[in-house]
Amino acid sequence: MTRSSRHASSRGASPPGDAAAGGQEAPLRPASDDQGTENAWAPGPPAARSAEASRTGGRRGRDRGLPLLGVAAAILVFEVVPRIGLVDRRFLPPSSEMFGALFEQLSDGSLWEPVGQTLQGWALGLGTALLIALPLGILIGSVFLLFMSTRTIVEFLRPVPSVALIPLAVLVFGAGIESKWFLAAFAATWPILLQTLYGVRDVDPVGMETARSFGIKTPERLLRVVLPSALPYIVTGVRISSAVALILSVTAELVLGAPGLGQQINIARQSGAVEAMYALIIVTGLIGWVLNIALSAAERRLLHWHASQRERNR
Amino acid sequence: MSEPSRPTRVLGVGLEIAVPVAVLAVWALVSANSTSFYFPPLLDIFGAFADTWLFERVGTDVLPSLGRLFSGYVIAVIAAVVIGVALGSSRTLGRMVDPVVQFLRAIPAPVLIPAGILILGVGSEMKVALIAFVCLFPVLLNTIDGVAGVDPALRETARSFQIPWRERLFRVVLPSAAPQIFAGARVSLSLAVIMMVVSEMVASTNGIGYFVLQSQRTYAITEMWAGIFLLAILGYVLNALFLLVERRALRWHRGARAGAG
Repeated sequence: MTRSSRHASSRGASPPGDAAAGGQEAPLRPASDDQGTENAWAPGPPAARSAEASRTGGRRGRDRGLPLLGVAAAILVFEVVPRIGLVDRRFLPPSSEMFGALFEQLSDGSLWEPVGQTLQGWALGLGTALLIALPLGILIGSVFLLFMSTRTIVEFLRPVPSVALIPLAVLVFGAGIESKWFLAAFAATWPILLQTLYGVRDVDPVGMETARSFGIKTPERLLRVVLPSALPYIVTGVRISSAVALILSVTAELVLGAPGLGQQINIARQSGAVEAMYALIIVTGLIGWVLNIALSAAERRLLHWHASQRERNR
Repeated sequence: MSEPSRPTRVLGVGLEIAVPVAVLAVWALVSANSTSFYFPPLLDIFGAFADTWLFERVGTDVLPSLGRLFSGYVIAVIAAVVIGVALGSSRTLGRMVDPVVQFLRAIPAPVLIPAGILILGVGSEMKVALIAFVCLFPVLLNTIDGVAGVDPALRETARSFQIPWRERLFRVVLPSAAPQIFAGARVSLSLAVIMMVVSEMVASTNGIGYFVLQSQRTYAITEMWAGIFLLAILGYVLNALFLLVERRALRWHRGARAGAG
């Protein structure tokens, strides 16, 4: 048996979602699902999860405690490694001291201001990106000639590392919230734009023609046919953009000294408050994690009618 | 969307080429007499680009940057695939590490730079180590997922034919997981570029990121623009190269899909 035919048979046997998942244009699960770093995606609906969920659904009960055990083990490793001197504890303090510093900042309330500032940059960036990319994506996706005209430009600008614009941002906007806003918005625009664009282009022509032949007007068609059909793409784009906006927001704080968690981390390092620095790094990770979970939950609610989600709930 | 007619398609292809050219031309014309300090004439930027990057600073800035990028990236991908295959083969282990890896991956990568400076100093090792660390997780998660998701029928068939594990690994497990591994590797590549640029901006004495920020700080604005252009081209080329490699490596997969569909 050749390699490809063997694989073909395996694909044929798997659930329908799986074939789409393996496709090059559709984002594979974790690539787009959980993270989506900048440009780290190809347009497509989040189809892969369904297959995986149905595959692993049965054994859920047995190993519910395992993730907790894993977290405990990781914390323990970070406690023991510095204590037995594998790493200099001046540079990597035991995890108990990191959490101690975290609780200190929690209890004296000094944590909340930078958290708010970072989240502000994230929210402004993501919100602006939505306002720009959603209408633009629908427009470009609906008009073929517009799609062709912008294609080269979009394909060229998309993989540009947004951090390259940091010097320009500081020059034009200074080292404050405006720079953070600009950078986060610029970076977050691309994923939403492309996902929307390809989502709109992927609308089933039969559905469109049916709606048209029933005399349904364009605005109504947009709302009832195009948007629902493109929604899975769009929410994937939003989730990717959210991670990107957070990265750019924090990077602006780190490099430019815009107020926020990134700046606090820099200050903590320069003043030798190593535990506090690690505590803040943990906080940024938690923020990224929570935002991701929240958006995934929102996606599940928003798309509960969609095939990929229905299959997951089975 | 309904298929456009043939003349429309031809016009579309024409526009695909004409519009970017027109945009560049308009930019060049509008900016030609620009006295704005921040937005110098486009032709000046091209001039600065040629002066700076062809090939005066290639040895001092571009090569060190690319060297750090690739060494970190390659280390990360190899390590992630090896660890991922091990973890993905065991359900228990896979479930245990999942939240830890998810968390480490949710950290916005650049905040690790101060920790990197603390532990490893400001040299190249720090940058390579950070790029490798950050790039590890997307590939790792996808490898675990891909390996765990190998069709059980396929896995059992290979086992019941008593195919030795090395063969199983290279002929069944890795090919099945390859599309996912590549998707993770693509995420990691863009992360690697981000980390390269930011780590050079924060702490370096050479590299493209250093050059760009330094140009801005010394108000060498055309040079700064030239650096931004270089980073843009770099991002584009790296992405294109990656797609090329992916397409070659997964050719059998796409073919198989078309055949099965």
